[in-house]
Amino acid sequence: MSKTNKKAKDPRFLIAEKEAWIGVGLVLFNFIWWFGFAYGPLGSESVENYQYVWGMPAWFFYSCVVGFVVMVVLVIIMVKLFFKEVSFDEEGIEEEGELK
Amino acid sequence: MNWQVVTPLFLFLVIIFIIGLWASKKMNASNSFLQEYFLGGRELGGFILAMTMMATYGSASSFIGGPGVAYTKGLGWVLLAMSQVVTGYFVLMILGKKFAIMARKYQAVTLIDFLKGRYKSKWVVLLSAFSIIVFLFSAMAAQWVGGARLIESLTGMSYLSSLFIFAVSVMFYVVIGGFRAVALTDAVQGAIMFIGTLILLIAVIIAGGGIPAIMADLAAENPNLITPYGYERELTPLYVSSFWILVGVGVVGLPQVTIRAMSYKNSKAMHRAIIIGTIVVGFIMLGMHLIGVFARPILPGIEVGDTVMPLIALEVLPPWLAGIVLAAPMAAIMSTVDSLLLLVSSAVVKDVYINYVKPDASEGIIKKMSFGVTTILGILVFMMALSPPDLLIWLNLFSFGGLEAAFIWPVVLGLYWQRGNKFGAIASMVVGISSYMIIHLYFPDPFGMHTVTLPIVLSFIAFIIVSLISSRKQVGDMSFSS
Repeated sequence: MSKTNKKAKDPRFLIAEKEAWIGVGLVLFNFIWWFGFAYGPLGSESVENYQYVWGMPAWFFYSCVVGFVVMVVLVIIMVKLFFKEVSFDEEGIEEEGELK
Repeated sequence: MNWQVVTPLFLFLVIIFIIGLWASKKMNASNSFLQEYFLGGRELGGFILAMTMMATYGSASSFIGGPGVAYTKGLGWVLLAMSQVVTGYFVLMILGKKFAIMARKYQAVTLIDFLKGRYKSKWVVLLSAFSIIVFLFSAMAAQWVGGARLIESLTGMSYLSSLFIFAVSVMFYVVIGGFRAVALTDAVQGAIMFIGTLILLIAVIIAGGGIPAIMADLAAENPNLITPYGYERELTPLYVSSFWILVGVGVVGLPQVTIRAMSYKNSKAMHRAIIIGTIVVGFIMLGMHLIGVFARPILPGIEVGDTVMPLIALEVLPPWLAGIVLAAPMAAIMSTVDSLLLLVSSAVVKDVYINYVKPDASEGIIKKMSFGVTTILGILVFMMALSPPDLLIWLNLFSFGGLEAAFIWPVVLGLYWQRGNKFGAIASMVVGISSYMIIHLYFPDPFGMHTVTLPIVLSFIAFIIVSLISSRKQVGDMSFSS
């Protein structure tokens, strides 16, 4: 991100940066989903008017149970589609203490 | 003593011992003692990586303290706990490949090695070693108290002998087996945590007469229990949201978690760990805290929150099964403590002793030092845990927040912001720790947010401003320090 650096970046770092941004995006999405269902209309209603899904208050079911499942699915999709495999070793430099 | 309960716990300890012995054999065959002892030779695969991250992070507070608070506050606390799902994917995605590559480039064995390689500053190293030793030491003491209390309540032995059993079991495999033993036992412990949560959750739902019946009972007692706002409507959205920093994204700054992000073998392991970790963390956090809430109609009137989990297990399960399930919090505590012990030991041996006291120490001396320091630290924690402080969960969170405020920006900005320099890192750590302590002691939870929020913001500002000012000066002077 620094403009002063004109040197070509290690392509692995570009991949790493992209993946880090995916992480930030997932957290934002996760937070909005979690917050919206919990403190939005479903949760802030008075308890007598609560709707229930599988016996749980609807706000809780969507925010915590469905929210968790949605995040797992999203994480799997992101990792399978956008995460690239790279080598961690420094080219040319023999790792000290590396086994096998 | 209830032998049906104690036998599974005893078997669990035996398995852990065997893994420790096996790992120490493996270590003798390795050619670099330091890398092996403190980092397991960077060989972790995806499953073990996910489990050790989850198990290290999930501690007494997830299995004892957390369900206890959920019992008193209701579903609002489960909601709060679910902010931890983030830790399953965020840490590895953020530190990710760049951290793994840089750690290898610097030949870093500890988090502090990484900071040393990145900032090339003695003060960064000493400050971080100091905060790791101080903060993790207090976290460890809290966890040891939790472990001893658990054994005490299950076996009916005295606190002293319970503490002794706990200390000996943990120290045995950590001292002889190092990181590999810690990671492998973490995997076993993580699996036990997962299975224990599953069994107990099902049993509690059955005992409560199904989820609709439990919810109706809760609503009849106090409708607030099934709202997101807590028993006395004390949980504001802002307060609960601020836990996303403490137990969610801020976890990136915890040294015991970060160190694991440099221990994996290859990117395939990391990818698998992200997926497995998210599933396991989410399930355990949701399950354990729900158990706490569901326990309320079944066993009303429990005064001490920390006893909810053991009591409900003994209530709803046959004794032998309760023994297996209660190995889960035991496992949670041990898997956290073992990592902390090793980490504090690495800070003393690798970061202070080898860096500044005796850089030319021979392999044999390093070996003796590592075993010796780990043992002495264990004994010190044992002595501290003898007169136990009361509020387990808050003590634990205190050290959490302090470490996060200290390390999050030096690590994250160190990776992704090239202009960040040692002055910024030092400023960020000093501001983070001192503001955390001041706010924690004198103005807890300012503006209705958890104490950790402001120090993390302040340390960010400090890092950016000091880095910018000092780098401008340096360019002006044409002097580049290393």
